[in-house]
Amino acid sequence: MHYVVFVKQVPDTSVVKLDPVTNTLDRSSAPSIINPYDAHAVEEAVRLKQKYGGKVTVISMGPPMAVSTIKKCIELGADEGYLISDRAFAGSDTLATSYALTQALKKVMEKEPVDLIFAGKQAIDGDTAQVGPGVARRLGIPVLTQVDQIESFSVNDRTIRVQRKIEDGHEIVESKLPCLLTVEKEINELTYSPLPNMIRAAKYQPIVWTTNDIEVDRNQLGLKGSPTVVGKIFAPPKQSGGERIEGTADEKVAKVIDKLLNVHGLFAKEGV
Amino acid sequence: EKPAVKLPESEYQGVWIYIEQRNGKIAPVSLELLGEGRKLADKLGVELAGVLLGNNVRHLTKTLYEHGADTVYLMDDPVLDQYRSEAYQVGVVDFVRKYKPEILLFGATAIGRDLASTVATELGTGLTADTTRLDIDMQNRLLEASRPAMGGNIMATILCKVQRPQMASVRPKVFKAIQPIAGRTGNLIEEKINVKEADLRTKVISVALDVSDKIRLSDADIIVAGGKGLQDEKGFRLVHELAEVLGAAVGASRDAVEAGWASHSQQVGQTGTTVAPKLYFAIGISGAVQHTVGMENSEIVVAINKDPNAQIFEKCTYAIVGDAFEIVPKFIEEFKKLKQGGERKHG
Ligand SMILES: Cc1cc2nc3c(=O)[nH]c(=O)nc-3n(C[C@H](O)[C@H](O)[C@H](O)COP(=O)(O)OP(=O)(O)OC[C@H]3O[C@@H](n4cnc5c(N)ncnc54)[C@H](O)[C@@H]3O)c2cc1C
Ligand SMILES: Cc1cc2nc3c(=O)[nH]c(=O)nc-3n(C[C@H](O)[C@H](O)[C@H](O)COP(=O)(O)OP(=O)(O)OC[C@H]3O[C@@H](n4cnc5c(N)ncnc54)[C@H](O)[C@@H]3O)c2cc1C
Repeated sequence: MHYVVFVKQVPDTSVVKLDPVTNTLDRSSAPSIINPYDAHAVEEAVRLKQKYGGKVTVISMGPPMAVSTIKKCIELGADEGYLISDRAFAGSDTLATSYALTQALKKVMEKEPVDLIFAGKQAIDGDTAQVGPGVARRLGIPVLTQVDQIESFSVNDRTIRVQRKIEDGHEIVESKLPCLLTVEKEINELTYSPLPNMIRAAKYQPIVWTTNDIEVDRNQLGLKGSPTVVGKIFAPPKQSGGERIEGTADEKVAKVIDKLLNVHGLFAKEGV
Repeated sequence: EKPAVKLPESEYQGVWIYIEQRNGKIAPVSLELLGEGRKLADKLGVELAGVLLGNNVRHLTKTLYEHGADTVYLMDDPVLDQYRSEAYQVGVVDFVRKYKPEILLFGATAIGRDLASTVATELGTGLTADTTRLDIDMQNRLLEASRPAMGGNIMATILCKVQRPQMASVRPKVFKAIQPIAGRTGNLIEEKINVKEADLRTKVISVALDVSDKIRLSDADIIVAGGKGLQDEKGFRLVHELAEVLGAAVGASRDAVEAGWASHSQQVGQTGTTVAPKLYFAIGISGAVQHTVGMENSEIVVAINKDPNAQIFEKCTYAIVGDAFEIVPKFIEEFKKLKQGGERKHG
């Protein structure tokens, strides 16, 4: 079994700040981390490998410093990592990103066919959740999104059965291999990396490919290959702030209830 | 690999809404999008259409006309009984290639995100994710789709200048459905789906819907949400008590969920559910942007926080600076009185 996981390096959006004057992102304030969903995807692939044998390969597209994200995956138990890095990829939207990643994957598949592909449910910076399904479509294989549990995996029948999260519950879906899963964080809990993995990661040098190493049509890459453009960036609308209710605790509660009843007409009938 | 083809815009006309349904029930977001789509179509002076795929769903067309659709594109076939992107994708793509809309919108739901990405890739066109604002630049006849990004820290307006259709997925509960117009009718364009069961590689084995007597967050008219300020599981019980007297659903911040006081399905925000109830209580919630993007469309927000500078006070209607353990029991008591009074009047 050969598992491939797509991993993205992202700024930690919990600490990223928007410059209120220029409306640009102050990236220096945010450390780069592995996209949290992708860490869970690697963990899941490693668990399958431990159970059913095989190999875990990770692929990332990003600037040279994304090497550290691949090393992180080696720590998590991945066997091999590829970074595709080239100025020609800069500015790619999801369509161009899925194209570049698919072309890299195809090159990996020339050496060794792939049985199961993983991506995160979404990246915490772009937040689109579009790259996983895009890669699957380009490969012409099924995509199962928002997977939060693998129910069963049959190497002999080459089928996988997963639980997917949907709005109001869950769905159990079965697919033939190869297919692509996008995973939720609930799929597993990250475990501490064993020492040998850490040592291997420290020394590991990922394979870095540029556009000269993979077969690509340059018109489908980067800004040129991206049908969408970011028109403008602005701060989320700020509300003017709520009306402060003053008084003792009793008065505050009475005032708010009065507003709900008499200004907003709530609770007029029974219920709302 | 086919490069994205550029076509003159004039060939592409009309605003289309993908109508999401499961077991013959239309997802509310699809009707919301018909409401917003109506405005866009009127502005552009073009037709509004719904794209409906499923098995035995023909009867739903009536609802779509009444909610503003001029035309419904229908594929009705047993192979479409359960949603599978590999089958639905073919249907939507075939409709687009044949009838060429300029705008195609999906709800940003599990189904909608999955289908929209697949369709956009197949068509080689642009797709804006998780939109919360839509507008038209009339001068250039362009859809301006704005969306939160970077964990809600920024808003970005995304344009798709050349390729058609211009596609976007749109968050539920952002737009409003129109008041249905009884008896309104439209055109039906029906086609056969070009997929056979034997071609498909996925199978839906079962669907388990959350069966709890609790009111679902996304459907609730009133939500009482609690955060880390409630200190512990016992403190969080106050949220349940207030919800119970109000017949409300219980919501939570991520920190409350991570503390184990509430389940993930109760999380409101960027990585939880987007809600828009009539009334939202935010109790002991600081108001981080990742939380407020999920509740800022609520009609009335009552925030209770002991920190006078809490960010939540910027996103609320009424701000109560105070200790939740003092304020909330008083609300419970007063609402109980009101309820009893109401019941007495009825009896
Ligand atoms: C403010 C802003 C808004 C944007 N809005 C849009 C938009 O609406 N539509 C659009 O098409 N593009 C948009 N983009 C561009 C988009 O963010 C990039 O194309 C990005 O590289 C991929 O999208 P994502 O981060 O949303 O990934 P997602 O689709 O959310 O990522 C899902 C998974 O795909 C895999 N993956 C994604 N990127 C990589 C990578 N570089 N290397 C390896 N694996 C990867 C990972 O497994 C990841 O978990 C926007 C960019 C910005 C800055
Ligand atoms: C990528 C990402 C996604 C995220 N997604 C979400 C999401 O979907 N939803 C979400 O909610 N968060 C999300 N978060 C987390 C978010 O950034 C905040 O950390 C979280 O919302 C804080 O929860 P809180 O308000 O309960 O806790 P805190 O920030 O700790 O706030 C507690 C508040 O309670 C007040 N308080 C304390 N004691 C009392 C008292 N006795 N009476 C009244 N008030 C009191 C305090 O003044 C404080 O304001 C996300 C973060 C990231 C990075």
